[in-house]
Amino acid sequence: MSNAQIERQWTSRLRHRVVEKLPPEKLLPDTQPAYVASWIYVFGVTTMAALGIVILTGTILALDGPQWWHSSSLGHFINSMHLWSVEIFFFAMVVHLWGKFSMAAWRGGRSMTWVTGGVTFLASILAGFTGYVSQTNFDSQWISTQAKDGINATGGGAFFNVLNLGQMLMWHIVLLPLAAVVLTGLHVIMVRVKGVVPPFEETTEVSA
Amino acid sequence: MAQGWGLGALFNLDHYGHYIQWHVIQISVANLVVIILMVATFIAALFAPFPGRRNRKGSK
Amino acid sequence: MTKKAFRPDVDAPEYKGAYVPYDIIKEGAIAVLVVLILTAALALVFSSPDEKAITIKTWSNADTVDFAQTAGDELTGTSAVAGYGAPYNNNGTAQHWGFLAPEHWVGVHIPINTTNDFVINPLSDQPAQPRLTAALNEWKSASSATQSAWGAAYAKVEAKLTYSNGQVHLPTTAAGPIPVLLSYETQMARSGALDQALIAQNGFYTTNYTKPLLFISDGTYFAGLASKQHLAGDQWGMMNETGQYPGQAWLWLYTFWYQISPYNTSASGDFLVWGTMMILTALLVLLPFIPGLRSVPRRLKIYRIIWREHYARQA
Repeated sequence: MSNAQIERQWTSRLRHRVVEKLPPEKLLPDTQPAYVASWIYVFGVTTMAALGIVILTGTILALDGPQWWHSSSLGHFINSMHLWSVEIFFFAMVVHLWGKFSMAAWRGGRSMTWVTGGVTFLASILAGFTGYVSQTNFDSQWISTQAKDGINATGGGAFFNVLNLGQMLMWHIVLLPLAAVVLTGLHVIMVRVKGVVPPFEETTEVSA
Repeated sequence: MAQGWGLGALFNLDHYGHYIQWHVIQISVANLVVIILMVATFIAALFAPFPGRRNRKGSK
Repeated sequence: MTKKAFRPDVDAPEYKGAYVPYDIIKEGAIAVLVVLILTAALALVFSSPDEKAITIKTWSNADTVDFAQTAGDELTGTSAVAGYGAPYNNNGTAQHWGFLAPEHWVGVHIPINTTNDFVINPLSDQPAQPRLTAALNEWKSASSATQSAWGAAYAKVEAKLTYSNGQVHLPTTAAGPIPVLLSYETQMARSGALDQALIAQNGFYTTNYTKPLLFISDGTYFAGLASKQHLAGDQWGMMNETGQYPGQAWLWLYTFWYQISPYNTSASGDFLVWGTMMILTALLVLLPFIPGLRSVPRRLKIYRIIWREHYARQA
């Protein structure tokens, strides 16, 4: 096989494209522009850290099944960590959103970064909601019977039955975490490819 | 409830909540605290001095 | 680049300034550690809520009259679920806005017949007892007109329903077998057998609680418990949590619409709220493409605070 043939292979082409778009020094940078000097920049990584803890505690909860936490004090504690990491997750994500809005961080070809962030927010809300209705307690009974009306009104209730615990639990522990992680991954890759948005150019009033 | 592991809550939040009502707005104290903290965190993040990035000129 | 004019809310200026050292892995590690400690601390200090689920057994023992009245509504087809419409049955008007009626288009997917699913079938599975069997036979062999007449007679005196000595009493003789059926249904509920019967309709294994949840949601007992906890829709309940815990505060805007007109007065309120939220969500997600809206941050000038060191260096 000649070199040219190898270069034409799908695998080679994909590798070239990836390396060109996202070279290692962009994926894992060791420097950043000097304008990145504000605490507002830490809320993206805080959101991801919280997502990590949410997944970790959720994984521990999954080990012994959906009702273990009602009867085990360790289970209840892990459930508490799951709840509070979710609160921190949304807290950090909202501050991150306000920060990125303030910087108009979609400028310079970064609009899809904003869009994936927004969709991640929606997926997270749905993930949180399915968690609330999977608790198998009074809270989940009430939330599911209330939420059914809204979802039914859209026609979606026929396929997404919030009163079906098995369905909600599957969405909560498989489908939506997968969506959240994939979307977050795309979001972060886009940030690394394009870099952090540069400041607005301040129009300097010329006085002389 | 959570005994044996000594992991019970230090503050029991299982009592009926407190709510603030202002015209059409009704919000639990807990949610209000979270939202105020969120706004406060945002403002603090804007104004707090960021360490270690001063007077670093010189380009790459 | 040179052809197009520079649009400040779409294009970004090229940065030619300094770069500073940045340890992305260290930053991530610190973030994980901080969030882990904070999470564990909050969990230790505040724990998490776990209000026990109610059952039809606890409901019917705590408020027997409310249960028996609800069962009567299910039997006679006057409960909220009985008249819900899609996706449960064809008895209600679908929520809509103009010609938009997705609930109607989708149709019945989770068929619920409250008379049979909630009352007649569970009672029919009970061990044979002469009085019950006779009442069931009377109901099943009656024409729907007769059943409706019994239902109408029941509706007139429903508010005066009492329960004593294991029997439901109604001050009427025109309700046919309804008082007897409700007596057995209530006994069944109070013993816990009705919970089992409703769940077992799905077969041996089940992960689907649609029927018992719908039944419970038709009573006033359940809603009363929720109202005490400020969880009702008109109490901004969607963002609230049992006890004094913070809830899904991020649903504030969604739950807000339910507090104001026309959303809280329209029969299609849920549909209007969802429609409104879909439009607003689209505005948020597609913000970078919306002229005017995307200029807001530049005019707000919060960015000047964020990048103050950068601008100070430039000056």
